[in-house]
Amino acid sequence: MSAATILEEEQKHALHSREFGFWIYLMTDAVIFALLFASYAVLAKNSAAGPTSKELFDLGRTSVETGLLLVSSLTFGMASIALMHDQKGRVVRWLIVTLLLGLAFLGMELSEFSGMIDKGAGPEVSGFLSAFFTLVGTHGLHVALGSLGIVVMIAQVLTKGLTAPVRSRLTRLGLFWHFLDIVWIGIFSVVYLPGVL
Amino acid sequence: MLGRLTIEALPFYSWVAMGGAAVTVGGGIAVFLLITWLRAWKVLWTDWLTSVDHKKIGIMYVVLALVMLVRGFVDALMMRAQQAFSLNTEGYLPPEHFEQIFSSHGTIMIFFVAMPFLTGLINIIVPQQIGARDVAFPFLNSVSLWMTAAGAGLVLISLVVGKFSQAGWTGYPPYSGVEYSPGVGVDYWLWALITSGVGSTLSGINFIVTIVKNRCPGMTFMRMPMFTWTSLCASILIAFAFPALTVVAGQLMLDRTLGFHFFTNGDGGNMMMFANLLWIWGHPEVYILVLPAFGIFSEVVATFSRKRLFGYTSLVYATACIALLSFTVWLHHFFTMGSSADVNAIFGIATMIIAVPTGVKIFDWLFTMYKGRIEFHPSMVYTIGFMVTFVIGGVTGVLLAIPPADYLMHNSTFLVAHFHNMLIPGALFGYFAGLNYWFPKALGFKLDTKWGIRSFWCWIIGFYLAFMPLYVLGFKGMSRRMEHYADPSWQPYLIVAGIGALFVLCGIACIAIQLYVSAKTWGSARDITGDPWNGRTLEWATSSPPAAYNFAVLPEVTDIDAFHDMKILGQAYQTPQHYEDIVMPKNTWVGLALGALAFGLGFAFVWHIWWLVALCFVLSLVCVAIRASDDNSDFVLPAAEVARIERERLAEISPADLHDMRDFVPRGVASGAPLTGTV
Repeated sequence: MSAATILEEEQKHALHSREFGFWIYLMTDAVIFALLFASYAVLAKNSAAGPTSKELFDLGRTSVETGLLLVSSLTFGMASIALMHDQKGRVVRWLIVTLLLGLAFLGMELSEFSGMIDKGAGPEVSGFLSAFFTLVGTHGLHVALGSLGIVVMIAQVLTKGLTAPVRSRLTRLGLFWHFLDIVWIGIFSVVYLPGVL
Repeated sequence: MLGRLTIEALPFYSWVAMGGAAVTVGGGIAVFLLITWLRAWKVLWTDWLTSVDHKKIGIMYVVLALVMLVRGFVDALMMRAQQAFSLNTEGYLPPEHFEQIFSSHGTIMIFFVAMPFLTGLINIIVPQQIGARDVAFPFLNSVSLWMTAAGAGLVLISLVVGKFSQAGWTGYPPYSGVEYSPGVGVDYWLWALITSGVGSTLSGINFIVTIVKNRCPGMTFMRMPMFTWTSLCASILIAFAFPALTVVAGQLMLDRTLGFHFFTNGDGGNMMMFANLLWIWGHPEVYILVLPAFGIFSEVVATFSRKRLFGYTSLVYATACIALLSFTVWLHHFFTMGSSADVNAIFGIATMIIAVPTGVKIFDWLFTMYKGRIEFHPSMVYTIGFMVTFVIGGVTGVLLAIPPADYLMHNSTFLVAHFHNMLIPGALFGYFAGLNYWFPKALGFKLDTKWGIRSFWCWIIGFYLAFMPLYVLGFKGMSRRMEHYADPSWQPYLIVAGIGALFVLCGIACIAIQLYVSAKTWGSARDITGDPWNGRTLEWATSSPPAAYNFAVLPEVTDIDAFHDMKILGQAYQTPQHYEDIVMPKNTWVGLALGALAFGLGFAFVWHIWWLVALCFVLSLVCVAIRASDDNSDFVLPAAEVARIERERLAEISPADLHDMRDFVPRGVASGAPLTGTV
């Protein structure tokens, strides 16, 4: 076997391992979110002297945020389909759409946070708000890092083309992005929905 | 510019603290000068610091563990000295200082001795036991190492700049909150935990994938060596438990830094949530530390009893049971918190159930020894010492698992004696056994057995003298962590415990002498065959130290004791038909850089130097992005080069060096005939 083929062979195995490893990483991340959810559940009613969830949450805004994130998952899916068909240009275009949706989500979340802080409902006010900002903020931080990942991957697709490592990274980034979607559905159902009921 | 870091942070407030700082700084300077004097910087950089070879990373982990063991033990010695004399007096340590010492002792021993020791041993051995050429993610391995080292660095630098936590190694709020601990100590503790915890999580993921994906042909799960099994279970525990530590440390950090209310007294905080979250990590952690040691005992006991491991299948299932049950018992760390009797009863019963699979293991080891030809190698002696001593700890553990009894003994020195009784024989003796057993594999020459045996006797005598009195003191009502006391009937016991600590000091000195003596005479103790103990598992099939690729040709396995069978069948040490090109990972500086940045980030956060926090964070992201775009991280080692290395190795081995396997051939089977599953 030539050096090139043996490298390729080894690379195939390594990428396979990385995808499996990434699933396990996602599980560790899921544990983090699970415990943040649990913390929120424990502290949700502890609003002390501060405002309660009923006074703060606005389902209309949250619905738009949810819509943005769910559609971004769909558009990432479109990028993955384009990847299967080896259409480099379409991969990049769908990634850009996903990125824009992710950034729009982040923008809305940040404005929600700053609005709450302006209203005197910052994380230092009560146990409830600490848990809220930490859980939702951790999710937001993940979306921000995912967005950064999309930027890096757009650059990689443009400079390297759809090579095997780039494909593998895109697959893993996709897993990450869809995972964040699932976590958001949890946030919507555990934080926002019961919060206004 | 420098946040809250001022000249006040230097330890001019006490002679003892200044002494500690001087030793730390002096040690650092001495190492720096030694490396410069040996002109070893370049070698150190290219062969070690930037290495992604699992064996070298493993060795660096073990070195880190041994260095930190000395640091953590000095803490222990200072505490025992304080308590031996502080009857109705202040002793020589003021309370604030004593509190720092017991906090750093626990933190160091758990996070920077036990964790790196076991991670190091897993790193060196597991890939070889499963017939693999490396771990699944060599670069990630280097990141893990340097993250752990960064955490250790934060603990060490807290001796020099600022103070360490006074809130105990578990750091319960509200005392660890900013209201009662406004200084930097708890922040140092938190960042040491977070950085090393992230490193451990990554190690766990790495080992899981390595063991699941990189086993050689024929090695099914039920043919994996016991150490690999326990490492797999421990890694799964790491991956699922350490995120809890990250969460709880992050929450306390937010409480302290940004005024959040997770664990505060007022404003809707819930400090008991801290205890729950901490121990959701903390109890599995106990098994993370102990399971790999159980694996080492299993390997050692089979090798030095010259028998196949008794009850392999039951050992595997017992390990898996312990791993599962470890997630169901965390509440027994705080029965007194005030849960209902039913809740306490459930957790108490779950705790006692863990004794069952553990008992199964003890019997399996005993039956392995039964009618074996036992050789009293230091690692075997540590194993026997473990079995005898660990059972005592297990019995006191079952006692503590009874909630009403726990109400009486909670937070007493009985508890201190109990968990030291689990972790010193259960974990540390295992690692020492592993050190003696696998040292030739890692470095190519055997450790001196005489000093090994001496270290064992000092350790075990020291252990009994130091901790049996603490059981008694617990019954007599002594709380843990007392800086001074007023009951004169306690003092004799505390003096005995202090003498025990001196014996342990001798034990550590014996290990140091053992390393020194062995290094000095390494030529005569060289391990030429790669199999100094007539071992049974695949790690003994490689040379000592192994070539970078471990196996020139991947072995094929048909049973649990793969190498033992290869030797009987005459398949060991054979020149293969042909050699192949081997893909190897390239060294990289990125892991070291990420560790350095983690250290910088933690340090800056502790002192509220926000610009440096931001800088380190951004640079870390840049490093990750650079690495994530690098598709050129491997190189090919040509077959000719592999052939040269292997030929050199085989030429050195003469038939006289090989073990006589005639005794091991099953009766009625001619040598060379295929073996059935049982030997």
